[in-house]
Amino acid sequence: METTLLFAPLVGAVICGFGHKIIGEKAAMWTATGLLFLTALLSWITFLSFDGETRIIEIFRWIESGSLSTSWEIRLDRLTAIMLIVISTVSALVHLYSFGYMDHDPQWKDGESYKPRFFAYLSFFTFAMLMLVTSNNLVQMFFGWEGVGVASYLLIGFYYRKPTAGAAAMKAFIVNRVGDFGFALGIFALFLLTDSINLGDVFAATPQLAETSVHFLWTEWNAADLIAFLLFVGAMGKSAQLFLHTWLPDAMEGPTPVSALIHAATMVTAGVFLVCRMSPLMEVAPEATAFITVVGATTAFFAATVGLVQTDIKRVIAYSTCSQLGYMFVAAGVGMYSAAMFHLFTHAFFKAMLFLGAGSVIHAMHHEQDMMNYGGLRKKIPYTFAAMMIGTLAITGVGIPLTHIGFAGFLSKDAIIESAYAGGSSYGFWMLVIAAAMTSFYSWRLIFLTFYGKPRGDKHTHDHAHESPMVMLIPLGVLALGAVFSGMLWYNSFFGHADKVGKFYGIPVAEASAGHGATDAHGAADVSHGADDSHGAADDSHAVAQSDHGDAAAHGDAGDHHYAFAGAPGEGALYIAPDNHVLDDAHAAPAWVKVSPFIAMLLGLGLAILFYIVNPELPKRLSQQQRPLYLFLKNKWYFDELYNVVFVKPALAIGKFFWKKGDGKTIDGFLNGIAMGVVPFFTRLAGRAQSGYIFTYAFYMVLGIAALVTWMSIGGGSH
Amino acid sequence: MDNILSIVTFIPALAAAVMALLMRGEDEAAQRNAKYVALLATTITFLVSLFIYFGFDAANTGFQFVEEAEWIFGLKYKMGVDGISVLFVLLTTFVMPLTILASWNVSTRVKEYMIAFLVLETLMLGVFMALDLVLFYMFFEAGLIPMFLIIGIWGGKERIYASFKFFLYTFFGSVLMLVAMVAMYFDAGTTDITRLLVHEFSYTSFDVLGIHVLGGMQTLLFLAFFASFAVKMPMWPVHTWLPDAHVQAPTAGSVVLAAILLKMGGYGFLRFSLPMFPIGSEVMTDIILWMSAIAIVYTSLVAMVQEDMKKLIAYSSVAHMGFVTMGIFAANQQGVDGAIFQMLSHGFISAALFLCVGVIYDRMHTRDIDAYGGLVIRMPAYALVFMFFTMGNVGLPGTSGFIGEFLTLMGVFQVNTWVALVATSGVIFSACYALWLYRRVVFGDLIKESLKAIQDMNAREKWIFAPLVAMTLLLGVYPSVVTDVIGPSTEALVSSVNTAVADAGFLAEAAEVNVAATNSH
Repeated sequence: METTLLFAPLVGAVICGFGHKIIGEKAAMWTATGLLFLTALLSWITFLSFDGETRIIEIFRWIESGSLSTSWEIRLDRLTAIMLIVISTVSALVHLYSFGYMDHDPQWKDGESYKPRFFAYLSFFTFAMLMLVTSNNLVQMFFGWEGVGVASYLLIGFYYRKPTAGAAAMKAFIVNRVGDFGFALGIFALFLLTDSINLGDVFAATPQLAETSVHFLWTEWNAADLIAFLLFVGAMGKSAQLFLHTWLPDAMEGPTPVSALIHAATMVTAGVFLVCRMSPLMEVAPEATAFITVVGATTAFFAATVGLVQTDIKRVIAYSTCSQLGYMFVAAGVGMYSAAMFHLFTHAFFKAMLFLGAGSVIHAMHHEQDMMNYGGLRKKIPYTFAAMMIGTLAITGVGIPLTHIGFAGFLSKDAIIESAYAGGSSYGFWMLVIAAAMTSFYSWRLIFLTFYGKPRGDKHTHDHAHESPMVMLIPLGVLALGAVFSGMLWYNSFFGHADKVGKFYGIPVAEASAGHGATDAHGAADVSHGADDSHGAADDSHAVAQSDHGDAAAHGDAGDHHYAFAGAPGEGALYIAPDNHVLDDAHAAPAWVKVSPFIAMLLGLGLAILFYIVNPELPKRLSQQQRPLYLFLKNKWYFDELYNVVFVKPALAIGKFFWKKGDGKTIDGFLNGIAMGVVPFFTRLAGRAQSGYIFTYAFYMVLGIAALVTWMSIGGGSH
Repeated sequence: MDNILSIVTFIPALAAAVMALLMRGEDEAAQRNAKYVALLATTITFLVSLFIYFGFDAANTGFQFVEEAEWIFGLKYKMGVDGISVLFVLLTTFVMPLTILASWNVSTRVKEYMIAFLVLETLMLGVFMALDLVLFYMFFEAGLIPMFLIIGIWGGKERIYASFKFFLYTFFGSVLMLVAMVAMYFDAGTTDITRLLVHEFSYTSFDVLGIHVLGGMQTLLFLAFFASFAVKMPMWPVHTWLPDAHVQAPTAGSVVLAAILLKMGGYGFLRFSLPMFPIGSEVMTDIILWMSAIAIVYTSLVAMVQEDMKKLIAYSSVAHMGFVTMGIFAANQQGVDGAIFQMLSHGFISAALFLCVGVIYDRMHTRDIDAYGGLVIRMPAYALVFMFFTMGNVGLPGTSGFIGEFLTLMGVFQVNTWVALVATSGVIFSACYALWLYRRVVFGDLIKESLKAIQDMNAREKWIFAPLVAMTLLLGVYPSVVTDVIGPSTEALVSSVNTAVADAGFLAEAAEVNVAATNSH
């Protein structure tokens, strides 16, 4: 079954891409879509029937050289299962949606066949992404990693007539390659130190890695920190974290379904997946994870600031994605991998929906993407409006504070913010809270500019704005279900009591003795919740907690203190070190911490109402008053300009210098100097060659060489 | 078939002789006959060479299919293949029929053209099979001549300059090698390669003209061979002949040059330098690793600013060969396996890239990147093939290009992390120049008048690419077809080198010398 669900998209891609001339365009597209729905169905079966036991299915051998031995394998554990449903569900829906969105695309001339190609790319992407998440060794992961990069490149550059699309595609690939450079070095370092790059062996070796120091470049490093850092550089590229984020907004050149699938729900989360997958390593790499936290938090903040002033609807959502990925990295950085996966999971639903909703708006508005030309679309496209509204409620984190009732983003984002607090990263915590306020602001701004107010822009376009066809609305509806319920349904599995989380991921859970739990498992946080938490009664309330856990409100009880994660690295899908108490501490975080994202959300909403409903002139005035700041944000902190000056131009200049001065003047100049003596000889030969005597020459040359060799050999022999 | 190696080697030469002696005339029929005879001969050679592949016992690390006979002047004719050379033989026989097919549009001196290629094939095959020093040298040097002619007669406008640059560069290197060979003969008393491989050349350091030669005789011999092989590879900074040669050579010439001739340098390092002069290699390792790393970055940067498609790909070839030398002199299993893999993979990918240039050169008669743009609109099949090999060239996992780069980098990381770091940055640069080329040629709108009527690839062209695509994918997805064959031999090679270096306790001596040097200051 696993092999089928893995290869079905590849088969679909091949049939659709190469067979569409034989079986017809429609049939080809339905084949690809049908196979994707098959994959989605099998993925859900796998996910729901998964028992927590890691399974490995070998397909066939791959790279083998000396002690390096890798195979094409499927590693099936909870982490894989989560990714499987995220990828296959969103991908299947995006395939379906594309039937509507890609129909009559004005970028193409009549008679040009572009749809099968699009579907083939989408299916190929899905295959590569599945290879990434099912891999049991780091090279196969790298295969998927670069495979999705190529698919992304092809899809960003899909409108190949547009020069901007070509440029954006190239940029995406190259910036990702910078990340891959770090990833590759990380793999090499792992092999050097553990003599294997298979996950099982690597996990087993992590305790030693923590004790090992390795010479890399100019100095000694802690092996675990170094490898974790290098792998994270790869994750930064793929997940568009600060410094390597510049490609993601440009990637919006691709068709909108691509943005939903690749640049929101799946590919960009691969970095988060990588960090979670390597949790045994991350747990023993404190410095690297501290770095991850800082980068994640800064990205969350940075991207949110830029999102505030963008006017292209897709770019706003793109920066929002970038920012949300930062949230996930903060969670992973403080050791709360499960919370990172939780947000990855819920984010896939509501962000894919936001993008598909934006696509529906763009479709309705005849491919107009500037929000300044929208306005008042609420009545024109009511279903799309409803979907976008749900997505916005989810991303901004609307719910009932201090309970576990709310939209998906409410539960997962709050889980991350509590984890950041509990993980002791006050920088991370505050950055994320501030970013939450900005998230709320720009998300509502998008809604208000698009759906409220008076129509702006071209009147004709507005008059002809129309609701999208069913094939586009159905995916929106399905994703809406996810955006509303996925958080509440799976809260306990991802972020509930340790025993539930442990069971979900297949991590062995030990029943900690009450005394031990009190002193060891809680540390500093102990004081704050000591009052309502009686350790002595722990054993009794355990039964209560078990029967109560279905009720989300029961969280916060004493029950969760009875369990601590146990097991060796590699047992279960995640490894949580014995001294990692972030989960318990997050549950025990003070009320103001738990409420803070909600307050931030309200603040953002209030400001958005003030700016875009109450007083629409305010934004313009403010942008004129604060011109430098506005331009700074509008131009995305000038990263592109900076990189152009620091990297692109010098690289070309150096290339030119090496070519003209290095190869030309120095090397060839030197040689020509030597050759000067034989130039006349040259010209004579050249004359001969042209007059057709060259064969004679060749013959003499052969004879000459033969004679020379023979003479020297015989001469040598007689010696 | 005891003499299968000779059969494979001389089928093309025989066909060439038949053509030279029996075929007359310049009319169309004669031209067509010449093409078909050449295609037939190279195809038969390939099919027969499959017997070598399937009859080869990978577990046996010694030479197989060995033939030995007395020859003129007391010299010996000795041929054989082992795990290191056998796949190069296959690569040669595989690429040659495609080369002939790619030359189907040649119209001047067709017979001579085909003869040159057939003779070239014999000589190249001889290089990979020869087990006698003199025999090797003859094949190695004589191979220059047909290539020299191919560039000089059927080449572009500045073919004379290019062909002489090519010839002088490579010939200069081989003179030094010749001297070294004579010295080896004096020392070991034999020209038999199998015996030279077990002969231990002296590595006692000595002084020449006031220069302290670490590793003594071995280092000097190493350097002499190095001069020849480094030019052939080509390694930075003796690479400047390659771009000129490629630009001026006809498409098929470029294909053979990139796919096979460049591999002779790498093969030479593996057959002679590393196993015969392990101490000399050890002395030179750092310098060579750095030259390789510089080659990768330097030529990639140069490739980025090229305006001529062939030059760009030629520079990219130099960068890829940097991975090969790096892997070889990392002298561990991953490095050497990776180097051989990279050479084979480059044989398919670079051949295909030069053919890609050839396809549009045949139509537009220009290699200027600026003359193109938007080809995807009229040439979708071409765009697909070109994309595929561009991705192979940048080392995308799943293509053969990845395995070679990955293994060589993994090998060198174990030896020197700085070199690994610099070399790994090559994966970024390769993406830059390759995708930039692709974007300018294939993407964009088709607005140039001259391109409005350009035709997509015809059936013949598609059939040339099909086997190359298949091999690139096969090697990328199931590299065991290569690593199973070369693995035991490279393992034996690496362990013999390591033993020799360890036995010599050479590093200790080097350390002493360093201490002495610092003390004297």
